[in-house]
Amino acid sequence: MSLRIVVTVKYVPDATGDRHFADDLTVDRDDVDGLLSELDEYAVEQALQISENSDDDVEITVLTVGPEDAKDALRKALSMGADKAIHVEDDDIHGTDAIGTSLILAKAIEKAGYDLVISGMASTDGTMGVVPALLAERLGVPQVTLLSEVSVEDGTVKGRRDGDAASENLEASLPAVVSVTDQSGEARYPSFKGIMAAKKKPVESWDLSDLDLEAEEVGLEGAWTKVDGAAERPARTAGTIVKDEGEGGKQLAEFLAGQKFI
Amino acid sequence: MAEVLVYVDHVDGAVRKPTLELLTLARRIGEPVAVALGNGAADTAATLAEHGAVKVLTHDAAEYADYLVVPKVDALQAAHEAVSPAAVLVPSSAEGKEIAARLALRIGSGIITDAVDLEAGDEGPVATQSVFAASFTTKSRVSKGTPVITVKPNSAAVEAAPAAGAVEALNVSFSAQATGTKVTGRTPRESTGRPELTEAAIVVSGGRGVNGAENFAIIEALADSLGAAVGASRAAVDAGWYPHTNQVGQTGKSVSPQLYIANGISGAIQHRAGMQTSKTIVAVNKDAEAPIFDLVDYGVVGDLFDVVPALTEEIKARKG
Repeated sequence: MSLRIVVTVKYVPDATGDRHFADDLTVDRDDVDGLLSELDEYAVEQALQISENSDDDVEITVLTVGPEDAKDALRKALSMGADKAIHVEDDDIHGTDAIGTSLILAKAIEKAGYDLVISGMASTDGTMGVVPALLAERLGVPQVTLLSEVSVEDGTVKGRRDGDAASENLEASLPAVVSVTDQSGEARYPSFKGIMAAKKKPVESWDLSDLDLEAEEVGLEGAWTKVDGAAERPARTAGTIVKDEGEGGKQLAEFLAGQKFI
Repeated sequence: MAEVLVYVDHVDGAVRKPTLELLTLARRIGEPVAVALGNGAADTAATLAEHGAVKVLTHDAAEYADYLVVPKVDALQAAHEAVSPAAVLVPSSAEGKEIAARLALRIGSGIITDAVDLEAGDEGPVATQSVFAASFTTKSRVSKGTPVITVKPNSAAVEAAPAAGAVEALNVSFSAQATGTKVTGRTPRESTGRPELTEAAIVVSGGRGVNGAENFAIIEALADSLGAAVGASRAAVDAGWYPHTNQVGQTGKSVSPQLYIANGISGAIQHRAGMQTSKTIVAVNKDAEAPIFDLVDYGVVGDLFDVVPALTEEIKARKG
């Protein structure tokens, strides 16, 4: 038996950097350093653990859609231990929204061949968290999402989804789309050996024509949503800061009372 | 007047507050038509009518509880076909966003998630979103199909606006995908008796400075003196001191209460992303250089183990 896992990852601007918008109101990716979205590391980690716990022949492919630099995200995932990578890159992709991204990813996943797709819970830039559900809808396979625990056995994926009202145990037959949360388990650091090995692992590059997609179906023009404006949030006005000399609690209560919270 | 579909989040017929906020926003765009599914669906009608629902479409079937997400998408799609609404509004919970996304794709419509405000516009509803850890505000609209928009809790006031709220049975036929992901077990969360984190008017949070699970008792005591919800930073959750369901920040909940009290929280970008839009922010921290103090309306530099209990006592005394 073999198990083909495709892990979708995103190259995002560093959240600790000074993120802002470009003139066309897309996310500016030039001024802030990019990296593999932290939340996608959990997806790579779970793929590796599924592989380690399996008697099957498991192959892990990491897939990203993004500009040239997005290869860095693939490299990181390969150095963690994934087997190969696919980079979908095309100038016409710039400005694609979540619905369009899910179209490109779904086409690429189908072309690559898969039994299991694993994604992070959301990207750290867009933070919508809807791509895994969209992939399941497009691929017509079960959605087993937001898992804090996941396992695969005998063609079945099981997991625990911790929701607000309840914790649910889920089960679905493969093929399926899974997403994992940051509670699923700390992601490993790439070892030196892993980093060296990653340099030799294959990275395939595909463009839209490889996926039988037309430029109009994606990109800023093909987006089904439009951003009309973006404004920096005004800085908060400086507040009052006091040092506790024994009266800090009382002073704070005084402030809260003045604001009618007490 | 155009109709606007509002997806109802309820627990056995008890409507959750964010849904009532959606009704307020829906009335700015058109006439709210509510869609309530699953056990107790019909019991939601009275509350929904009181807050402006002209119609309540209901459907109950075992599938809603037994399978993940897709049965609800099937039902909302059926409602969309029956009503041809001007927009579809869904509460921005994890599940709500998944339902909305799949619906949008099926009906060939754009989707906007996590709106914090919504107004009518010449080219359809305009949604305000708070992005990049709340450092930017954007205005967006859906440019194709019926706008599908998910809205965060606390984005609008709950308003009484009595309407007919006529209950109508919704016809739903489930798709082949509906039974793809089975829910084999469900453990409901134990109720703490405190308000829901994302819905609370006041949130009291603890971070690394709380220094131990047992010390969260003083955070809880302060919260209880104010009738507040309890939050925790990622550091406190990762250390195992408080449950992940209470995490405030990028990978936890994003809250926007009237008052946010951060105790022993440095204010890393992770955390700020989840609380920066709070109306009034107060912090207690030993480190005068902590970035949280850049956000506060009032800050106390001091040991939270001195300041927090003293504050709690003072609040109790003032409340009598």
